[in-house]
Amino acid sequence: MIHTEQLTRTFRVGKETIDAVRQVDLDVAAGELVAFLGPNGAGKSTTLKMLTSLLAPTSGTARVAGLDVTADPAGVRQRIGYIGQKPGAGHSYRVWDELLLQGRFYGLSKSEAARRSHELVTSLALEGMEMRKVSTLSGGQQRRLDIALGLIHSPGLLFLDEPSTGMDPQNRANLWEHIMRLRERHGTTIVLTTHYLEEADSMAERVVVIDHGRIIADDTAARLKAKQAGDRITVTVGTRDVPRAREVAERAGEVTGTVSGTVTLRTEFGDRVLPSLLAALANDQVSVEAATLHQPTLDDVFLNLTGRSLREGADA
Amino acid sequence: MATMIADTRSVWVRESLTIWRDPFSLIFSLIQPLVFLGLFGPLLSGVAGEGDLGGSSLQWFLPGVVVMITMFGTSMVGANLQYELMTGAFERILATPLSRAALLVGRALKELTPLVVQAAIITLVAVPFGFDLYPGHIALGLLLLGVFGVGVGSLSYALAIAARKSEWIFWAVQQTLLFPLLILSGMMLPLETGPEWMRVISKVNPLTYMVEAERVLFTGHVSVEVLWGVLAAGATAVVGLAVGIRAVTRTDF
Repeated sequence: MIHTEQLTRTFRVGKETIDAVRQVDLDVAAGELVAFLGPNGAGKSTTLKMLTSLLAPTSGTARVAGLDVTADPAGVRQRIGYIGQKPGAGHSYRVWDELLLQGRFYGLSKSEAARRSHELVTSLALEGMEMRKVSTLSGGQQRRLDIALGLIHSPGLLFLDEPSTGMDPQNRANLWEHIMRLRERHGTTIVLTTHYLEEADSMAERVVVIDHGRIIADDTAARLKAKQAGDRITVTVGTRDVPRAREVAERAGEVTGTVSGTVTLRTEFGDRVLPSLLAALANDQVSVEAATLHQPTLDDVFLNLTGRSLREGADA
Repeated sequence: MATMIADTRSVWVRESLTIWRDPFSLIFSLIQPLVFLGLFGPLLSGVAGEGDLGGSSLQWFLPGVVVMITMFGTSMVGANLQYELMTGAFERILATPLSRAALLVGRALKELTPLVVQAAIITLVAVPFGFDLYPGHIALGLLLLGVFGVGVGSLSYALAIAARKSEWIFWAVQQTLLFPLLILSGMMLPLETGPEWMRVISKVNPLTYMVEAERVLFTGHVSVEVLWGVLAAGATAVVGLAVGIRAVTRTDF
């Protein structure tokens, strides 16, 4: 669905040149759900704008939905859906007018545009809002209308730029429900950007970590966490048992420390290692007083990769 | 080409919806040129300008008013874009396959649509006061203004994009340019009696050629001035569209 080679975008601000996106090589297969994760200003949105043909690359190439974004931008736009960060429906327009016209913008016939609008109004729970002015809709309703507008031409590939920024948890969950249903029913390929760690973790199948315009990691959230951070198991044993416990633990993972009756080890898939570790310790007559498992978050991954935290409010 | 026409039509329909859904704004805009004509016209009877094309001061002044409302309308294209630039509506439409030229032309045509009605009304109102009506010539004159208006509208569109981060700049530039251009085209007062420097500047003002062409057409004639008007309108449209399309495709929103 997406194939980029050395995709690069620089901006000139005064005399300075800013490398927003640097030599990005990316492949996305049909049906994938990919999240671009990174701090603000990392180059996520710039990458998305190049992939949607809204911004020309400085160098490098990108093929999206089978077409080159530079050679045939209108063709690319015809095959993809794009839902931007800010509400996309005109405030003084009626919901139905915007939907029908969006269909016309994508070259649908009047009857086809009406049929699709009707379908989307139903599936996105906007019934009864058709004749309302966009400005009278709630934030959640406006976001659902944005999705409807992005899907009017039934694209096989959908881009969402920060889809849930600023939404309350309930609306965010609701939004995801709609996105997931869309995938289930139509197998739509979805690429989105987010700076919400939990969202990338729980929703995306593949997380592309972007920092300073480069892809610094690209894998499933589970594998990223296992590889980049690892689980941490801490067992508390009697002080006399520490050497023996350490011996056993070394067979299960990399021991990172033994402090006052506790042994800490780092391992992949800690949830599977822990039961067998406890069994092995019991086998060696080590009595375990307590055991904790710390599973990393994507923030640990980002911290490990960059030395910085992604958490909002954390120092960049 | 068929796509371009269909796209332009779609953009025009969307923009025009704001008028259909709220027709009061149209009624108001119809009254404005009448007021202008009614208050300004009588003052002109004593001033120079009549005699050139033979006839009343209305014959001289009315085409100027039509050009003026064209300028007022089409230079506002960018103002109507500003709000959509702030929300995500502009970007959403940009992400559709619509032809970039259609985005510009469609919006300009929306501002030109009421102009046809406005022109028809002020012309008909002027007839009882001694205005001679030449419908065919007037239609040609409006067509010419349409081409010119597409250029002005596209420039206004580009200006709104350039000033998207601080909207007052749009108004500052639009107002600063609009009135000198209008005055230096000889639209309100004849420039023949003005100082030399004014007449020199008016020669490089494309609006001057529009006003002169319209004055000839509104008196039922066709002359070399009309040809100059066609050239001025065509050049403005080409330059406007080039600048506008460049602004749409080269700007990072």
